[in-house]
Amino acid sequence: MSRVHDMGGRFGDGPVIPEPEDAPVFHKDWHARALAVTLAAGALGKWNIDTSRHARECVGNTDYARFSYYEKWIAALADLLVATDLVSRDDLSASDPEQQALSDKAMTADKVAAVLGKGGPADRDSDIPIRFAAGDTVVTRRPADNRLVDGGHTRLPAYAAGARGRILMLHGSHVLPDSNAHGLGEAPEPLYAVVFPAAELWAAPEHPDDEVVLDLWQSYLEPA
Amino acid sequence: MAPRQDRHMPHDHSDHEHAHALLPSDPALRVKALETILTRKGLVDPAALDEIIDTYENRVGPKNGADVVARAWSDEGFRAALAVDATEVMRELGYYGRQGEHIVCTECTPSVHHMVVCTLCSCYPWSLLGIPPGWYKSDAYRSRAVREPRKVLAEFGVALPPETAVRVWDSTAEIRYLVIPLRPAGTEGMSVEELAKLVTRDSMIGTGLARVPG
Repeated sequence: MSRVHDMGGRFGDGPVIPEPEDAPVFHKDWHARALAVTLAAGALGKWNIDTSRHARECVGNTDYARFSYYEKWIAALADLLVATDLVSRDDLSASDPEQQALSDKAMTADKVAAVLGKGGPADRDSDIPIRFAAGDTVVTRRPADNRLVDGGHTRLPAYAAGARGRILMLHGSHVLPDSNAHGLGEAPEPLYAVVFPAAELWAAPEHPDDEVVLDLWQSYLEPA
Repeated sequence: MAPRQDRHMPHDHSDHEHAHALLPSDPALRVKALETILTRKGLVDPAALDEIIDTYENRVGPKNGADVVARAWSDEGFRAALAVDATEVMRELGYYGRQGEHIVCTECTPSVHHMVVCTLCSCYPWSLLGIPPGWYKSDAYRSRAVREPRKVLAEFGVALPPETAVRVWDSTAEIRYLVIPLRPAGTEGMSVEELAKLVTRDSMIGTGLARVPG
């Protein structure tokens, strides 16, 4: 039921390899270009951050596992460009389209600082009443599947499905990725930080007092 | 509601191969090809790409976060303002921006150590720490930080006392978490600028501790 990107708690990944604090921001030139071209294409406004995350999750399990980080970005970008008709499959194969004038939708260099500085806040007004208060005990839904689109995008990790936790804080109402990733509207609803004892999530927690906090939408939660 | 499949966005492809498979297989050539196509079609301005790269290579990085931490160590009023609405404080400091639209600061104490991960992708407070390091985006960190944070910390050379609990924050929404590490001993009377030099990127993710002066 889960997708390849949903790897929290998975065994078998080996050690984490720390990097010096002063390591370069981009290890290769193409990493920098991949990030920049992805941001610039995103600024065309044809998709949102949830669509974009879902596209990375859908590059294919084999590709997801073998691609390095920025290869996933580039693959997802190519798929999104074709899905939104900005680029055709022929364009990708031939990679030699005629030069056209810069679109008025394109982000020019002088607009970069303003676009990055503005960001894309996800909080919205919502008609959905707040159901939980800090301290309430809740249970996450199980399985951790999108309930609007079969196999669709969701932000409830499989490792936290069906787990009992406690509301830590309300973040306000935020865009629901399960809907927004699929062009079904922003559907904002209350979003909470929910704290789970490690023992609720893992068979062999490292320490009895350790905890994991996840940000979870109200529709992911039921009262305990 | 019955599950449905949207028609307009990439999903699981059973009818034909992924569009991305049409690009060259070498990643550097693949990026170059895509940049060329988008530039030719007038969708991307190459000068804007240079500007984006310059922003994250030279202007937006961990020094923003270090300034926030040093101020929190130095000023009770600032610390209180962070607890009420850290995002508003970031706006005032000019540290609001992309991937830093909703900020929450989590403060380490002798009894709780905080650590941040994104198990589902690579969410990270760009406006405060810049682009995440490679290890933060690795499968190993994403899979293990939630289940065995202490073993991961050991790989960073950090050993916590047994009386300290670990609280791991999995960034599953658009909230971006900044860890305020413990203020090191021997830093009494230091200025915000001096203190900021002790604040490492890893200490603000929770995989490291602040530097001890000297």
